[in-house]
Amino acid sequence: MHNTVFEKLQNDDPDIRKTKILEALESEDLNVSFNDALENEMVLNMGPQHPATHGVLRLLVSLDGETIRKVVPDLGFLHRGYEKLAEATTYHEFIPHTDRLDYLQPIANNVAYTMAVEKLIHIEVPERGKYIRTICSELGRIQSHLIAYGTMVMDIGALTPFLWAMREREKILDIYDILTGVRFTTSYTRIGGVAQDIPDTAIAAIKKFIDEFPKYLQEMRDIIERNKIFIVRTEGIGYISKEDLIDLGITGPILRAAGVSRDLRKDDPYLIYDKLDFDIPVFNDSDCLSRYYVRIEEMIQSTRILHQCLDKMPKGLYNSNNPKKVLPKKERVYTKMEELIHDFMLINFGVNPPIGESYSAVESSKGELGFYIKSNGSGYPFRLKIHSPSFCNLQSMPIMMKDCMISDTVPIIGSVDPVMGEADK
Amino acid sequence: MNQKRLELIKSKLADFEIELSDINGTPAIITNPANIIIICSILKTDLDISFEMLLDVMGVDNFQKEKRFEVVCSLYSLKYKDRIFIKVPLDSKNPEMPSLTAVWKGANWFERETFDMFGIKFTGHPDLRRIYMPEEYEHFPLRKDFPLLGIPDSIYLPKK
Repeated sequence: MHNTVFEKLQNDDPDIRKTKILEALESEDLNVSFNDALENEMVLNMGPQHPATHGVLRLLVSLDGETIRKVVPDLGFLHRGYEKLAEATTYHEFIPHTDRLDYLQPIANNVAYTMAVEKLIHIEVPERGKYIRTICSELGRIQSHLIAYGTMVMDIGALTPFLWAMREREKILDIYDILTGVRFTTSYTRIGGVAQDIPDTAIAAIKKFIDEFPKYLQEMRDIIERNKIFIVRTEGIGYISKEDLIDLGITGPILRAAGVSRDLRKDDPYLIYDKLDFDIPVFNDSDCLSRYYVRIEEMIQSTRILHQCLDKMPKGLYNSNNPKKVLPKKERVYTKMEELIHDFMLINFGVNPPIGESYSAVESSKGELGFYIKSNGSGYPFRLKIHSPSFCNLQSMPIMMKDCMISDTVPIIGSVDPVMGEADK
Repeated sequence: MNQKRLELIKSKLADFEIELSDINGTPAIITNPANIIIICSILKTDLDISFEMLLDVMGVDNFQKEKRFEVVCSLYSLKYKDRIFIKVPLDSKNPEMPSLTAVWKGANWFERETFDMFGIKFTGHPDLRRIYMPEEYEHFPLRKDFPLLGIPDSIYLPKK
């Protein structure tokens, strides 16, 4: 069976070797001839190894002079087959893999995944656990938006704000170091709760961070928002209509920048978001600049949420009391027979949810992050589908880039803020 | 979703062969591929129902003799802030269903992904290419009969 492919490719017939992606780019009015390249429309390949494409995104751009006629994104350079891998790992074993999906906010992905599993096996997390998870999600949101801000302005040409954003992000990573034991791939949550309680040192570090952060954020805004180069390169660039966005199924800051106030934290509250007081920033212009503003305003709202969480956080259990499903504490495993048995069963056979399906979604920093899990009663997911916001958001790029200049691709990619680890799964 | 709204949806779709089910509390409509386009356009355009967004098209391989494949569409209503799922069981030998790109533009990439991973054909799709795997790849990785470690030599690599 495989020989046919090789023969086909080795025959070196240029027509067969021409991949279908070029065919998709071609239209009736596109006429490439290499005799007189400047007279014709030109096909330009951007990426996958391009510093402005945020990872391994490849764009094939058809140009008329400097104006973009058509864009075809090409994905799959970071495809690791996580949905297939999930079918061979237990529910617990998949938690570290979720770190590698949206690697700019690993901790928020942990929360989203474990919430989906808990919905499937009907476990309720205690109040303190929910507060800790909300803190994690919001820290993740600030962490991710800082990178979105920093890389967007860096690609446009301002290096200093990027360094400032990285400095602030570094403080969040230091908080993770205290909270979870690692700085980057956190794997912090467990089914039924979190790996360990939030220590007082971490609470003090978060308090210090959110007290100082608005001042530094204001500095970052001051240097950028009255900069003429930044405004000229983002205002009115990358416009896409509200109807198109809804039709394409796009969520998150891109949709909120077009005047649609859709945020699952308000519309379908999970964790403790219904007890908190915060606003959903909405802008109406649907261009790169308003997407930038949405992200900045969301960071301010996240600090508000963090303040309230720290004030209201109750004492008590942080893990659900359900020994058949929730991993016991390590020190008890080593000393108590009962816990040893539960630990052995959970590690070797998994949590065994009832037969059925479940879909759970959270509002991640890029949009709706959902997990559809189908269980056949065994310890392994029968099917796990990751609904990744970056993948959906990338679909809007051809519409945004149409009839823009070639230099506008850079702020547009920055404003969409795709993470290829999540888009390619 | 409240019971009243569910009854309304049921009455609007009374002409078609549908079955109501649920996915952990969220309602799901089970239907056959023949009516899917009409059902979807009613769900999208009817002002009382108004599911404007198609969030995802998910493939499932149930690995059974009859009706092996299944496509689950996830719909969201911005107006009423709730969701519904549409489940379409498909043939085992030749899984095929009409493309939803006629109703939602966004179905384009979701269907390409489902085609890439399961080999489900969407008739009427404007651009049904693979999205993750190389174009000349012959297998469908998320089918249950595809081994986890992959098939050796199935990806063409240039000779040294």
